[in-house]
Amino acid sequence: MAADTETIDTVNAVTGSGYKYGFETVLEMDLAPKGLSPDIIRLISERKQEPAWMLEWRLAAYEAWLKMREPEWAFVHHAPIDYQDLHYYAAPKKKTGPASLDEVDPELLKTYEKLGIPLKERAILAGVEGAGSNVAVDAVFDSVSVATTFRETLSKAGVIFCPISEAVREHPDLVKQYLGSVVPVADNYFAALNSAVFTDGSFVFVPKGVRCPMELSTYFRINARNTGQFERTLIVCEDNAHVSYLEGCTAPMRDENQLHAAVVELVALEGASIKYSTVQNWYPGDAEGRGGIYNFVTKRGACRGARSRISWTQVETGSAITWKYPSCVLEGDESVGEFYSVAVTNNHQQADTGTKMIHLGRNTRSTIVSKGISAGHSSNTYRGLVRILPRAAGARNHTQCDSLLIGHDCAAHTVPYIESRNPSAKVEHEATTSKIAEDQLFYCRSRGLSQEDAVGLIVNGFCKEVLNELPMEFAVEAQKLLAVSLEGSVG
Amino acid sequence: MLRIENLTASIADKPILKGIDLEVPQGEVHAIMGPNGSGKSTLSYVLAGREDYEVTGGSATFDGRELLGMEPEERAALGVFLAFQYPVELPGVGNANFLRTALNAQRRARGEAELDAVQFLKMARAELKRLAMPDDMLKRNVNVGFSGGEKKRNEVLQMAILRPRLAILDETDSGLDIDALKIVAEGVNALRGPDFSALVITHYQRLLEHIVPDRVHVLAGGRIVRSGGPELAHELEARGYADMAAEAA
Repeated sequence: MAADTETIDTVNAVTGSGYKYGFETVLEMDLAPKGLSPDIIRLISERKQEPAWMLEWRLAAYEAWLKMREPEWAFVHHAPIDYQDLHYYAAPKKKTGPASLDEVDPELLKTYEKLGIPLKERAILAGVEGAGSNVAVDAVFDSVSVATTFRETLSKAGVIFCPISEAVREHPDLVKQYLGSVVPVADNYFAALNSAVFTDGSFVFVPKGVRCPMELSTYFRINARNTGQFERTLIVCEDNAHVSYLEGCTAPMRDENQLHAAVVELVALEGASIKYSTVQNWYPGDAEGRGGIYNFVTKRGACRGARSRISWTQVETGSAITWKYPSCVLEGDESVGEFYSVAVTNNHQQADTGTKMIHLGRNTRSTIVSKGISAGHSSNTYRGLVRILPRAAGARNHTQCDSLLIGHDCAAHTVPYIESRNPSAKVEHEATTSKIAEDQLFYCRSRGLSQEDAVGLIVNGFCKEVLNELPMEFAVEAQKLLAVSLEGSVG
Repeated sequence: MLRIENLTASIADKPILKGIDLEVPQGEVHAIMGPNGSGKSTLSYVLAGREDYEVTGGSATFDGRELLGMEPEERAALGVFLAFQYPVELPGVGNANFLRTALNAQRRARGEAELDAVQFLKMARAELKRLAMPDDMLKRNVNVGFSGGEKKRNEVLQMAILRPRLAILDETDSGLDIDALKIVAEGVNALRGPDFSALVITHYQRLLEHIVPDRVHVLAGGRIVRSGGPELAHELEARGYADMAAEAA
């Protein structure tokens, strides 16, 4: 859950405090009491020093959320979530983690080692007490120049890249104009929840005609502060602007927050292009699936202008449950939407992921390439919607859905929905399901590869079309990650 | 040196090898000929370590080390290479990447330094040139979309790059036209030397005109029924297997 409840209860008992005394005065840690109410939302908004309109927006989302029900259509199973038993605001001032690396799950440490993560970073990722602050200092020293150069280069180009809470204060007009314009507050249960309580995330604005001079990575931001449970990201590209945004981390991230409900909105105006790449590797739980993250994410991009392009690339290997459908709304004529996805599930992980391509404009095109890999006792579902509306003459979609099974106890499902309301549209769907064949493994091993290296190689080959879409260094990390995620899944 | 003693093996409880005795001294190339179903491919798979085959008795040592308990990759690191009769396709896996990963895995196991991408490509291109194969062979995905002949040539390329000390060629000549056959034969001949031995499994004498063996063995009904010099292959060609198998029985 969101924070160590025992500690909080103890502190509450000692101080006898309720939330009304606020964060700063009574409680040394920034932590709201459990539960969700208008008061809590006011608190969050106040804590973030938000303008009144933002608070109103949040409260409206909360009202909408109260009337909604948790969706049940996804092919995932979990115990009911008690939304009043969560903390909705916990600034990471004080954390209660393991005292040293010796106390961390050795399996997790082995994984870090295999991914080649430096020792110091391993400690932060595993949430070791004190490690964050040490490294944060170092990181500040190390990255002052990097961060400064980085900021200077961006501001020279006119690009805004900052935490969303800063954007609400510093760039209220832009935020007001675009926030919730792609994913309305009442879009779905988790998006409404996020809209009410989001505390962190990124804001990117690339003005007309500007090609963002570097790939924007959350890495720079995340090092400084922990990712929130309810992240909110908004990326806007004006006419003919371009940006490539990288989210996530290949290292398995420990987090006490079991429920994650992020919202990402992308807006591409005329001729603009946005490339959004994700590597998601949240803690999947132990081999039995206990303690893993529930990841309920709403990601959507609007190709508002003609000839705009939005491309989602994701490599999903983590979380106990993944519920995620990065989508494109192709409003502008000749706009292009792309979705490239690799979803790996092992042990008892459950993933229900895919995309929606909504064709509104003429001659709009979309491409979907989904690679699902299931191992262990896991379940992996591709769920996709291609909808062609009456005005979308000449619209085209190509969907390629491939599933790879490893072992005998896993499952793969493909649930494609196709709705075409324009006779000139062309929609193609190809799907395959295969298993890693014994003869492929033997062939590799007879050349000297270990069983695990062979699985890694075959899986990476299977995912190649998607990995090719990732920025170079991310792709290299993702390849390693795929191999590590599937270790022990064969034989 | 490869020494096989009284080797028996079965697949799905059906005995296929019924007591093989065979020695291939270091530096020699031996041919194994025999009719369909005689156990030729089983012998090659058993030596390479395929799991579907159950070894029920006997031993097979290479340089005095027992192969039969080893994992396939351990045998590869020791220098054993199997050229497959039906090479396997690996979609999305580039040939160069595959070969470098395999070579480095072997080198690591032997305690040798790994090759970086540049060193590897230089070496691999030299081998390609020597084998008169096109450069794109390395760029293509392993055996995907290859013709039968290209697949066999790719096996020879892999052999040239991995430099085994014992190569087992399982009907590498099947389905090859004469030009491809020559390339395969040249690939093997180029490796011949005091530290290379080979077991060339074939149905036809044709390949043995290009790879002249030191010894020829006839496998029939799961046993070696005759052994002799290169002339034995000619005799077989003239008389056929049925005759010889009957004689042995």
